[in-house]
Amino acid sequence: MQEATKLGDKKINDDLLANIFGSERRYWLVCGFLAMGVGAFALAAGYMIVTGLGVTGLNRPVFWGFFITNFVFWVGISHAGVMLSAILRLTKAEWRRPATRAAEIVTVFSLFTALMMPVIHTGRPWRIIYWFLPYDFQRMIWPNIRSALVWDPTAINTYLTCSILFVFVALIPDLAVIRDRSTGIRRLIYSGLSLGWRGTSQQWKLQMMAGVLLSALILPIFVSVHSIVSFDFSMAISVKGWHTTIFAPYFVIGAVHSGVSAVVTVLILLRFLFRWEDYIKPDHLDALGKLLAVVGTAWFFFFALEFLYGIYGAEPDEIALRTTQLFSMPWGAMFIAFLITGYFFPVPMWLFRSVRRSMFWMTITTISVNIGMWLERFLIIVPGLMRKQDLSFVWNVYSPSIVEITIVLGTFCLVLLGVLLFAKAFPLIPLYDIKEGEVLQGEVTVGRAKVPAAFHEE
Amino acid sequence: MIPWLNKIRENVMVKKQVLALFDDAAKAADANEAVMKEGVKPGDIEIMTGCPYPEGAFGEHDKPHRVYRFPFIGALLGFSMAMLITAGTQLSWPLITGGKPILSLPPMVIIAYEGTLLGAVLFTIVGVLFESRLPRVGLGLYDDRITEGYIGLLLNVTEDNDFAIKKLLQKHGAQELKEEG
Repeated sequence: MQEATKLGDKKINDDLLANIFGSERRYWLVCGFLAMGVGAFALAAGYMIVTGLGVTGLNRPVFWGFFITNFVFWVGISHAGVMLSAILRLTKAEWRRPATRAAEIVTVFSLFTALMMPVIHTGRPWRIIYWFLPYDFQRMIWPNIRSALVWDPTAINTYLTCSILFVFVALIPDLAVIRDRSTGIRRLIYSGLSLGWRGTSQQWKLQMMAGVLLSALILPIFVSVHSIVSFDFSMAISVKGWHTTIFAPYFVIGAVHSGVSAVVTVLILLRFLFRWEDYIKPDHLDALGKLLAVVGTAWFFFFALEFLYGIYGAEPDEIALRTTQLFSMPWGAMFIAFLITGYFFPVPMWLFRSVRRSMFWMTITTISVNIGMWLERFLIIVPGLMRKQDLSFVWNVYSPSIVEITIVLGTFCLVLLGVLLFAKAFPLIPLYDIKEGEVLQGEVTVGRAKVPAAFHEE
Repeated sequence: MIPWLNKIRENVMVKKQVLALFDDAAKAADANEAVMKEGVKPGDIEIMTGCPYPEGAFGEHDKPHRVYRFPFIGALLGFSMAMLITAGTQLSWPLITGGKPILSLPPMVIIAYEGTLLGAVLFTIVGVLFESRLPRVGLGLYDDRITEGYIGLLLNVTEDNDFAIKKLLQKHGAQELKEEG
């Protein structure tokens, strides 16, 4: 890291807690705008639940459309948090400090949203109870654990629980800072939340240890979650384009590609909203841009393999599906858009240092990745189902209704609003992590140059 | 004097707490070293900071803990629970599918994997909180400035060495002394 300036504990507390003790008008304006989106989402979902799934574009044989695409997309986004936070903590990457908590919070809210999608998709959300209770209490017929649709909520709920606890444990010292700066009822609330933290040497030692242990434990969960989400597709033998052995790693790396991109977008938004220029610097985006270029290319490799494996066997059904994806409208146009936005536009751009250090270009390229990744999931799910199957007597072209489009757009507002409201109560950049960075920061003289350096404990 | 009698004497002596606030880590480390030389035992000293410092930065002694045991216990319990649920649900309504065994192992392994990791994470958090002595009711002798960058040296002193220790802390640059007890 080349940009090393000492800020001091008081300034760090002042800057990073400013939004908790008093927000600027633009914060409320953005929240208000997002709340309208969430309102539209709630109305559309409510209308659909009252009226029935007939208001969607779902019909035989395409019963998985926008909602399931969106579910896979948000699970993918959720992978950024823990990947960034855990891997960077374990490798002691110095540039992780301002990014970890925002990444973890993006994980939590996107997972909540992802979990909502299949619940909404059922059309009768109250029946979700049968996912974990017997269908029939008298005969004790439990959910069939042989189904990938049972593994899926198991993995996602595990990931969500662990992510929330991971965030909470890392928040305790920062909650103590808010407690110490507060009075009255706020002090009482934060006293309870900070659990009586005093910052003794032993507490810090265990806090650091918790970060490492939990990172190491959450990483295998992170890998399993999107693998299991991919099983929803790859375990279905009858759908062409789905039953492929490479789906698990392909989904995981795709999730990291879209998730890290989303974190970059959110970090830039936070920097703009809360004036965190001293904390989220071009250096951080530069490092994330390099990481994204590598991850993006790895993802593209898996995509190419998946496509190649599909067509190499030259099975008529598979070739028909790939022909639909590539050459029939609107799928062909979407396919081209997906390739350009997901890889051929952003990744070459990230090869330029000036792009990686530019807030504007990093916003454009990372949003572009997520448009591409959403289309990717859509192109896997819908054309696969649209083709005539051995046992289907009718086939159809899927087009989403306005209700589905509103719900999907609303989920983007929901995640962003969740992150921003969280920032009203809790610091989105870990205060102690930034302070520790300052404590460990030094300068090494090499010849006539003074180079910023950081000390690391083993 | 006989050692065990000395120990009893120490325990029955009236102790009180003194909190010294420092604005510099080096001063706090010097003061810590000085009070230990004066006879204050490592167990009677606590250093409070607003951010983590490298271990031993203040010359503090390492306290033992058993955090590493917790994830293993949690993992074992999580694995057992997951196996119980998956086997139990299949056995509660035995349904033979394609002549295969009732207990289908591959899905059990998937759910057991998640259960194991969930148990390990839950118990790690319990372990960290337990070993950190959290949650704690009341902060005791504490100062809000610690989270603003001050370093707090919390000492258990006796009536015998109270005066000498306070003087020593002031000599090593303590900005303020607070007492309780």
